Amino acid sequence: MKTRVISAIAFFLLLLVAWEVVVQTGILKVNRIMTPTPSDVVIYLYGAIVDGTLPSAALVTMKRLLFGYLCGIAIGLPLGLITARFKACQDTIGLLALGLQTLPSVCWVPLALLWFGQTESAMFFVVVMGTLWSVVIATETGVRTIPPIYARAARTMGSRGFHTWINVMLPASLPFIVSGMKQGWAFAWRSLMAAEIYVTILTGFGLGHILHYGRELQQMNQVVGVMFVIVVIGLLADKVLFSPWERFLHRRWGTQGK
Amino acid sequence: MTLQTELENVSPSKLSVRNVSKIFHSKRQIVRALDGVSLEINEGEFVCLVGPSGCGKSTLLNIIAGLDLADEGAVLADGQPVTGPGRDRMVMFQEHALFPWLDVLDNVMFGLRLKPGLNNRERREVAKYYLRLVDLDKFLHANIHELSGGMKQRVALARALAPNPKVLLMDEPFAALDALTREQLYGDIQRIWEQRKKTIVFVTHNVREAVCLGDRVILFSPHPGRIRKEYQIALPRPRDISSVALAEKSSEILVALKSYLDAGGENARVPGATFATHGGAE
Ligand SMILES: Nc1ncnc2c1ncn2[C@@H]1O[C@H](COP(=O)(O)OP(=O)(O)O)[C@@H](O)[C@H]1O
Ligand SMILES: [Mg+2]
Repeated sequence: MKTRVISAIAFFLLLLVAWEVVVQTGILKVNRIMTPTPSDVVIYLYGAIVDGTLPSAALVTMKRLLFGYLCGIAIGLPLGLITARFKACQDTIGLLALGLQTLPSVCWVPLALLWFGQTESAMFFVVVMGTLWSVVIATETGVRTIPPIYARAARTMGSRGFHTWINVMLPASLPFIVSGMKQGWAFAWRSLMAAEIYVTILTGFGLGHILHYGRELQQMNQVVGVMFVIVVIGLLADKVLFSPWERFLHRRWGTQGK
Repeated sequence: MTLQTELENVSPSKLSVRNVSKIFHSKRQIVRALDGVSLEINEGEFVCLVGPSGCGKSTLLNIIAGLDLADEGAVLADGQPVTGPGRDRMVMFQEHALFPWLDVLDNVMFGLRLKPGLNNRERREVAKYYLRLVDLDKFLHANIHELSGGMKQRVALARALAPNPKVLLMDEPFAALDALTREQLYGDIQRIWEQRKKTIVFVTHNVREAVCLGDRVILFSPHPGRIRKEYQIALPRPRDISSVALAEKSSEILVALKSYLDAGGENARVPGATFATHGGAE
């Protein structure tokens, strides 16, 4: 464990040092203006954090993402359950979900802008669409692959209808649902970034907008700095949102939930 | 209801299977899984249903459980027609059917939580009582996948016993276990049956297992599923699977079973299952 931490730190230090040296000395003839050094980026990050632009942008983006994501799950879960339960829904909603899930979620952005204009609603719509179909399909698949013996056993113990759905079907399909939620998160996160870079929403500047203006102003340290923040948020989300679930699955199901 | 009364033995049920028939329509053929089966099971009796696979043992058990419905005939529990599953008749399946998302204690709690008249602290006590009964009180918070096959079936047994049913229905619960574990469980199930006074219907294709456990052994034959013969087992308890008397009785039953299968009844076919003449010979 200790050697793993040390080797990871060593790797990233080496990467940063090499980067700094290559750009500063100009040995690979890199364009000094177009290529910021790690120290440039750190200076930008420090400034942007102190003057508050970066934290407030991150907050705007996270609000959009979390709200849309939670709504996507809140709609997707019951929709997936209904789709698995009723034959009629399987051939309708199920097919629709399957089709729309193959659509890269970025493709919702133009439609969202035409429908809602440059508003928060457009952002919300994009995030929900990114999340929704993955969750529907994962839930449906999860429920469909549950061994029928679980429901039978539950029935002998007096579980019926709604109780069975909440206490048996839902937890039994948890391995699928968690991976669907993870995929939904990835899709939503990517399409929200695309949308923010694509258009300016006057009610709030998100990370995508700062990235976009970094390009407009040719502030390369800003571009790279924001990219760095986006990576960090992605990693944090993985650790905070999904790791606990995955640990639970791993503990309860054994190897399968991994 | 208090904890004390909850843990008291309930009076076991009398079961009457009256002329039950069940037909399955699959794509290619029509299967007469049960054909006019009648059977009286007394209060507190331990009855074993034996026969090759496909002779309708599971089908009959599921009908008694109320998980499936008979096409003809009826099952009565204490005179009341069975129309669906009920807490008075609990089932133990060949696959343990435990819920992997719950730990051992919560699996046993599942049925208890649905039982009115108890608070959660009492339910916990009841669950612990039954886990103690199957010697698993040290594994209350273990995960299901960490348990051995025998331990899983013990949890399943505790879960089936926990709502204090009048009837325990067991469908080849030990078929997937190794011989040593199985022998241990024969002892446990006999002890628990004497202690908790249940009516038990136990399905198996292992004649020796049936003779070891049952007061009575009912022989089935397939295509169509019918009762062919029954044997009263008068051996003293607790029975040891490797005793001579038990072996003699088993071979007597086995001979009868083979004779009518060889002779070929109506549409009789050679059964797909092999008959274990010995407890661990599979
Ligand atoms: N759900 C079902 N659909 C179609 N055929 C079935 C079904 N369940 C059981 N059968 C058939 O009914 C017969 C009896 O099955 P079963 O009761 O499981 O036998 P056993 O438990 O004695 O091995 C078998 O021939 C089996 O193929
Ligand atoms: Mg069977």
